[in-house]
Amino acid sequence: MSDAPLLDVRGLGISFLIGGGSVHATQDVSFAVQPGERVGIVGESGCGKTITGLSLLGLLPAATTRVVGQAMFEGENLVGLPLSRMRHVRGRKISMIFQEPMSALDPVFTIGQQIGETIRTHFKVDKKQARERAIEALASVGIPSPARVHDSYPHQLSGGMRQRAMIAIALVCEPRLLIADEPTTALDVTIQAQIIDLLLDLSARQGTALLFITHDLGVIAETCTRMITMYAGQVVEDAPVDSALVRPRHPYTSGLLRSLPRLSARGAMLPSIAGRVPTLRDMPTGCRFAERCAHRQEACAAPQAIEQEGAHQVRCWRQGELVLPGALTDREAAA
Amino acid sequence: MLANAPRLRLVGRRLVQFVPVIVLATFVVFGLLKLVPGDLAATLAGEYATEERIAQIRQDYGLNDPFLVQYGRWLWNAVQLDLSRSFQSNEPVLDQILHRFPTTMLLVAGALLISLAVGVPLGILAATNAGSRLDVAVTSLSSFGVALPNFWLAMILVATFSLSWGWFPATGAVRFSADPQGAIWHAVLPSIALAAGGIAEVVRQLRSALIEILSSQYVRTLYAKGLSPSAILWKHGLKNVAVTLLTVIGLLASRLLGGAVVIEAVFAIPGMGSMVVRAAIVKDFPVVQGVVFTMVILVIAINLVIDLLYTIVDPRVALK
Ligand SMILES: Nc1ncnc2c1ncn2[C@@H]1O[C@H](COP(=O)(O)OP(=O)(O)OP(=O)(O)O)[C@@H](O)[C@H]1O
Ligand code: SF4
Ligand SMILES: [Mg+2]
Repeated sequence: MSDAPLLDVRGLGISFLIGGGSVHATQDVSFAVQPGERVGIVGESGCGKTITGLSLLGLLPAATTRVVGQAMFEGENLVGLPLSRMRHVRGRKISMIFQEPMSALDPVFTIGQQIGETIRTHFKVDKKQARERAIEALASVGIPSPARVHDSYPHQLSGGMRQRAMIAIALVCEPRLLIADEPTTALDVTIQAQIIDLLLDLSARQGTALLFITHDLGVIAETCTRMITMYAGQVVEDAPVDSALVRPRHPYTSGLLRSLPRLSARGAMLPSIAGRVPTLRDMPTGCRFAERCAHRQEACAAPQAIEQEGAHQVRCWRQGELVLPGALTDREAAA
Repeated sequence: MLANAPRLRLVGRRLVQFVPVIVLATFVVFGLLKLVPGDLAATLAGEYATEERIAQIRQDYGLNDPFLVQYGRWLWNAVQLDLSRSFQSNEPVLDQILHRFPTTMLLVAGALLISLAVGVPLGILAATNAGSRLDVAVTSLSSFGVALPNFWLAMILVATFSLSWGWFPATGAVRFSADPQGAIWHAVLPSIALAAGGIAEVVRQLRSALIEILSSQYVRTLYAKGLSPSAILWKHGLKNVAVTLLTVIGLLASRLLGGAVVIEAVFAIPGMGSMVVRAAIVKDFPVVQGVVFTMVILVIAINLVIDLLYTIVDPRVALK
């Protein structure tokens, strides 16, 4: 890659102080996002996707959280960035949208007020200009009567409209990176596709890179260039989507893909595979997937690092040696 | 903004809903008073009254009529603002109430003001420093304040600030219309005594509501947009917590009205509270009934104002 990455995360680790002790929720998370690139993050519930996103914007509760490692963005390390600097990144350079559009909007302020204050936080514009820009932003996310929605309260809108409004808020300052944390999980299936298309369309038009946290492997297959698989607080595989889907190098990625009915359609939600994730308190020192892995050997109990294999980065003792199947082909699915 | 059609409809609907409340409350009190042992007419007639005199009184006061007729007559008159006359002084009850009303209102309003003026900043301070030593101190102080009997606090206040240091008068009251400054001066200690529980209540409710708001997902969104912590607290935090605050004010106003009865007794304040206590002791039933009626109307009026304020503060409160 010739360009410097937009975001370069190295050795990011998050621990929480709970009841006197501390637990490591994520460890040694590294990945990069190029300008305008679309990267998908998948992984079972609780593997640390959301907190990784939140930590990039310093949004985890400061008193009970410790973040180590670095996340370089436009020459600044986001980890430990002072609030005065971080405030210029939030909403301006990096935006984040969340799963639940109802609880993510302030119930006692109008949609317009909530977009307007974002604009006025980052740009010197007067109320009237802010209003015009807010209405434009609402129109750009496909809201039919933007002026009316501008003066509506969140509870007066449907779930899909609220998420559109959230997207308008997130993109109104044309950020370089949008972190979308399961933006459609709480919505009707019919609305989900519209929202995803909207996100892709807008980010492409603005040149905004997309870090897409989702359970929908179908969407990742269709829209992302790279796929990061997380397991129990670690990145276990990071690879170009095409190659990751056809020939994954990590048994967990392979397991996920094999248990999908088929990939060609959206809405292919992350399936559950047999066994359970070790808890944060009794994490094995070696491979964290070992308990559930069909390819386990004794050596797998030793501590391991993530390593390059071709275009893939894989965290598995047996990489290079295993040949793992990817998503079911349409013919396999039919059989 | 306040006087639009949906709001007027809300007022109308509320007023209709309040009719049964008024009837029920006054009916229950009327009934309870009838249960008080002893022959009312004999008491009214005095110690050495003849049988004929007692019979005459029974006739005059309509005490021979069935209970429902007596209540109906009282209610019919009350609706026309005639609360009948005191057994004791023979003055119209309404005049007596109107005479004492401002004194009690000054006390209750003072206590409400103190509760909010002290409770709101403390609640915000505790919530924004949740878990810190300051928070622990404020929280334990307010648990103490809730448990504190206000007559006891009243005595401590009087012993310290008026008897020892002579800063404030120990007892009594001055009519506000005659001497506003003196009236406020007299109301300071009783208001503080009355407000102690109110402060604690405001602190506790405000603290927990604000902590919930500040850890909510929409506040996380506000941070993610780049807003400053002070904008988040003062603009979004306060507007959201105002809903809770309104509820607390409504509850507090009714409770302070009740508490005023005790405090007026302790400080020998000639307000509605001490009036109803004395009237109850001497079986001056029209006065008791009149004060209860006034208090119920007052509580209802307060709730109506609160309901209206909800529609301004909280857009989710439907006006339809
Ligand atoms: N503030 C916190 N204090 C303590 N533990 C936390 C905190 N926030 C998250 N965790 C823990 O960190 C782990 C990772 O949580 P995270 O929300 O990132 O999971 P996720 O991958 O986003 O899962 P999901 O798919 O369900 O959204 C979980 O075990 C969670 O319980
Ligand atoms: S290291 Fe061993 S146990 Fe872990 S995923 Fe690879 S093969 Fe399986
Ligand atoms: Mg999550």
